[in-house]
Amino acid sequence: MKLQRVFALTNKEMKKTVREPAVLFMIFLFPIVFVFAFGASFGGVGGGQPVYQIGVVNLDQANSVNSSQVFLTALSNTKILSIQIYADNQTAQNDLSQGKIQAVMIMPTTFSQSFASYQAAPNAPSKWINATISLYLDKGSVVATQAIPPIIQQVLAAFADENRQAPPSPINLQTASLIEVKQASALDFIAPGMFTFASIFLIMMVAQSFAQDRENGMMKRIRITPTTPTEFMTSQVLSYMVIALIQAILVFVMVYLMGFRPNVGILIYAFAFLLVLVFSLSNVGFSLITATIAKSSSAATGISFLFVLPQLFLGTFVGASLSSAAQVAGKFVPSYYVTDALTSLFLRGAAITSPAVLLDMAILSVSCIAILAIGIILYGKYYKI
Amino acid sequence: MTQSAIVIENLVKKFEDVTAVDGVSLQVAKGELFGLLGPNGAGKTTTINILCGLVKPTNGSAKVGGYDVQKEPAKVKELIGVCPQETAIYPYLTGAENVELFGNLHAMNKETVKKRRDMMLEKMGLTQDAKRKAEKYSSGMKRRLSLILALIHDPQIAFLDEPTVAMDPQSRHAVWDFIKELKKEDKTIILTTHYMEEAEELCDRVGIIDHGKLIALGSPEDLISKNKVNNLEEVFIKLAGRKIREEI
Repeated sequence: MKLQRVFALTNKEMKKTVREPAVLFMIFLFPIVFVFAFGASFGGVGGGQPVYQIGVVNLDQANSVNSSQVFLTALSNTKILSIQIYADNQTAQNDLSQGKIQAVMIMPTTFSQSFASYQAAPNAPSKWINATISLYLDKGSVVATQAIPPIIQQVLAAFADENRQAPPSPINLQTASLIEVKQASALDFIAPGMFTFASIFLIMMVAQSFAQDRENGMMKRIRITPTTPTEFMTSQVLSYMVIALIQAILVFVMVYLMGFRPNVGILIYAFAFLLVLVFSLSNVGFSLITATIAKSSSAATGISFLFVLPQLFLGTFVGASLSSAAQVAGKFVPSYYVTDALTSLFLRGAAITSPAVLLDMAILSVSCIAILAIGIILYGKYYKI
Repeated sequence: MTQSAIVIENLVKKFEDVTAVDGVSLQVAKGELFGLLGPNGAGKTTTINILCGLVKPTNGSAKVGGYDVQKEPAKVKELIGVCPQETAIYPYLTGAENVELFGNLHAMNKETVKKRRDMMLEKMGLTQDAKRKAEKYSSGMKRRLSLILALIHDPQIAFLDEPTVAMDPQSRHAVWDFIKELKKEDKTIILTTHYMEEAEELCDRVGIIDHGKLIALGSPEDLISKNKVNNLEEVFIKLAGRKIREEI
């Protein structure tokens, strides 16, 4: 393999990214605009972070220790949720329907009892008393439906047990994870997904690029030179890894400016960027599959969404408030593992060597390499490189 | 005939039920400027694509520079330079960057790339525009740049597929002069064209191809005198029974 050819083609791809306005926008400006828009919506840019009004109907029948009160105080301490106590569900539902509050949370009668049973025997699920918190959301507010459930889940998880890695609990936690939430903004909860979100659009851009080079005869022209398929593909993968890295840095700078300050060291950041780099392999793979199917660059744009949308909705922060079935489906897309690992590192305070992060990295690496290999084989079979 | 640069034997290429190349056999000598003539769709480009290793023949064999195009395509690619029919250049790169990229793809050293880049841009009249993005070039300038990309690595054998199509007369004559210079350098050149006057002006020998078959082979003068006509256009009319550019 001649590196001279690889670097020449990589250099060409980088120039294309910088010089073609549409590509430049999608790859670099879009993530910046996107993070800014989300940061402004969720992160409190331009005048404090948003506060969501939650109506609480507390049916808890506590005996000695009133755990529901402690839990509600923890929710209030997030500074994102403002708790308003209602005497009955009907009144709370009326206010919800009038848009006065964004959610209604019904604390079950057995909340304290359930929590006490868990504390008495944390390792014996058979002795727990199960309880479910019901949450009603203002369906007219996309922001509320996206932001409120994960925040409550995070606080509930931390409240249940700060010290366990993946707590089973008698209280219905769904996708709860461990985080000690004190003064977190909604941006903190969605920032890990943003790193993934930006990179996913590479699928569309790379697929377009391949289809375009085929249409205008450049692919054929390169095939007439002594450039080998390995050299060509290496240059493509290298180019888009560099672009993904620059995207991740831009997203990081933006979320940092918006107030995202995870309390982690430089190694964690380096590992986070490594995750994004590995993830970019799958994007090149998906783009090759797209370019194989698509007969033209415009068709490639449309077809790429077959891969872009599942990755977006099932694997980024958007997936936090999806149904449990959708969350299971999310485990079949690579972006889920990047977001999960980044959440573990940035929000849960997990170490790089923690089993959860290593497992995410392992699944991500294997799946991304497999997708890239499938992409190369398919493209090579139908179009020759 | 002196040593052959290209040997084609009974070449056939079928695309489903269409026979694009139908039993073509010919030899091109080293240093010869050979014209492959015929109307659009005659099979010229398919023949070139087979010789470059881009398309697999259905039958027959082809050797370029002594190497079988199917068995040793990598060796063939080191010997050849191809100017495709479509103007294939990267529009977002400047003229000079396009040339440098192809120099690098041929693994040329930096100094040689620079020297040949400047020399060829000068010969093609593109020096003034070398630092402009290729997308800003006129169609004639793009064609000339495309020709430079094919020849930057100083190949022994050049395939020029309709290099002057849709060019203004000034650009066309610049390209003709350039091709004549290549011939002086003892390069083997295969030129496909449907401009008969171009073939008469440049080629040592021509092969006229129609519906995939080679219907005539010889020097322009021989073909004209043998058929008792005034030019190659009339040779084609006499042999094919129609004008060469009717289908354009």
